[in-house]
Amino acid sequence: MNASISVLLFGITRDITGQSAVSVPLADGNRVGDLLLQLQQQYPRLADIRSLLVAVNGEYAEPDTVINSRDEVALIPPVSGG
Amino acid sequence: MESTTLLPTEQQRYQKHLNLPEIGPEGQLRLKNARVLVVGAGGLGCPVLLYLTAAGVGKIGVVDPDVVDMSNLQRQVLYTTDEVGKPKAKIAVSHLMRLNPEIQFNTYTLALDISNARSIIEEYDIVVDCTDNFKVRYLVNDVCVTVGKPFVYGAIHRFEGQVAVLNAPIPAPSSDGTSDDRKNPTVRRGPTYRCLFPEYPNDIEIPNCNDTGVLGVLPGVIGTLQANEVIKLITGIGQPLNEHLLMMDLLSMQQQKIKVKRRTDADELARQGLASGYRPATATSTGPQKMSARDLADRLARGESIFLLDVRERPEYDLCHLEQAVLIPIGMIPNNRKRIPTDRPVVVYCHHGIRSANVANYLYAQEGLTNLYNLEGGIDAWAREIEPEMAVY
Repeated sequence: MNASISVLLFGITRDITGQSAVSVPLADGNRVGDLLLQLQQQYPRLADIRSLLVAVNGEYAEPDTVINSRDEVALIPPVSGG
Repeated sequence: MESTTLLPTEQQRYQKHLNLPEIGPEGQLRLKNARVLVVGAGGLGCPVLLYLTAAGVGKIGVVDPDVVDMSNLQRQVLYTTDEVGKPKAKIAVSHLMRLNPEIQFNTYTLALDISNARSIIEEYDIVVDCTDNFKVRYLVNDVCVTVGKPFVYGAIHRFEGQVAVLNAPIPAPSSDGTSDDRKNPTVRRGPTYRCLFPEYPNDIEIPNCNDTGVLGVLPGVIGTLQANEVIKLITGIGQPLNEHLLMMDLLSMQQQKIKVKRRTDADELARQGLASGYRPATATSTGPQKMSARDLADRLARGESIFLLDVRERPEYDLCHLEQAVLIPIGMIPNNRKRIPTDRPVVVYCHHGIRSANVANYLYAQEGLTNLYNLEGGIDAWAREIEPEMAVY
């Protein structure tokens, strides 16, 4: 099944991709860690950010959280400005 | 010396609070007896300080090592044009004293650092994180977690901001359905900053607003939300942003509230942070370890069997690579997990050591591999220190 998922972007991830959301192909059983690696391949500069919070359906998600096609996924980097 | 009464002038000044049944004289006295430390008197610090002073927080500490710069005036609304070049902490307090002379201020014209943070923070009940750099943010977290103080976090980037109440006690509902901390001395605490972002990034990974620009009104919005959370924590009204990270985008006016739990190792991470001296770290003792180029060269020279995993892209590999290294670009890792051995050390490398740290952390988290080392400084460090004839790029 070839589904894709829309990932909402924040902070520096928005600046790196030039978009506020990106679409990522999703295979059955894909986990948060898989999604991050796919994004890092598409946008290598994302791989330079060590701490990236991934939220699935409004909750902090671990790397092994499985993502389904209707889930709402957000990528939240740390922000330093004050 | 806790105050138990409001003076007649205070009853006048705080009349609109006193009229609110949720606050009333009891809540106003809580504010009067509260001690709040505001770290950073910049974009976020200005509204936080103005509103906490106006609200009648009895003792306020102001920490800032900087002087007012002309480029601050677009958003740092406590300062005026003729104050450019003067120390922010002092100038802020001089304005705030005129706003509310009932408040006791402590001025710290210094940078919070590992030598002074604990003794300063211990003097206060709540800390407000209004800093503009990761080093002090992680320091505030680690000290607050260690000494058990709640802190209200705020941060801004271009048009969007983040707010959270961190390390705050979570009131446990008691058997009669009410929540009362006094019946429950071992209070559960909410998430910490390291539960959101465990690792300390450097300023190259994430630039600060001095470089990227920031909408002037943004710190006004986010700082005001922080002040609101402080007042809720002190008076006990409403639901504080405990166990949530609030994200706000001023361009779309969209908000996201992300539920976050405290990590079981939150205290340990804070202890490690304080011990680290705040150099950006790539690994913890349980996860992948680091290996220097020199160390790797020595181990290879001794004939040790080491699997060298290059996670860069093909053109980078063609330009230069370590002898006998196996190329699996970062995006191919998930489908090639079986090619990575588990019976001998695996040294993962990339150009500068950041992509490879991600792969090592991924393999550790997903596959449970415990034989992983990240080559510090990547192939660039190797070329400079070990193999000067190697191409650098």
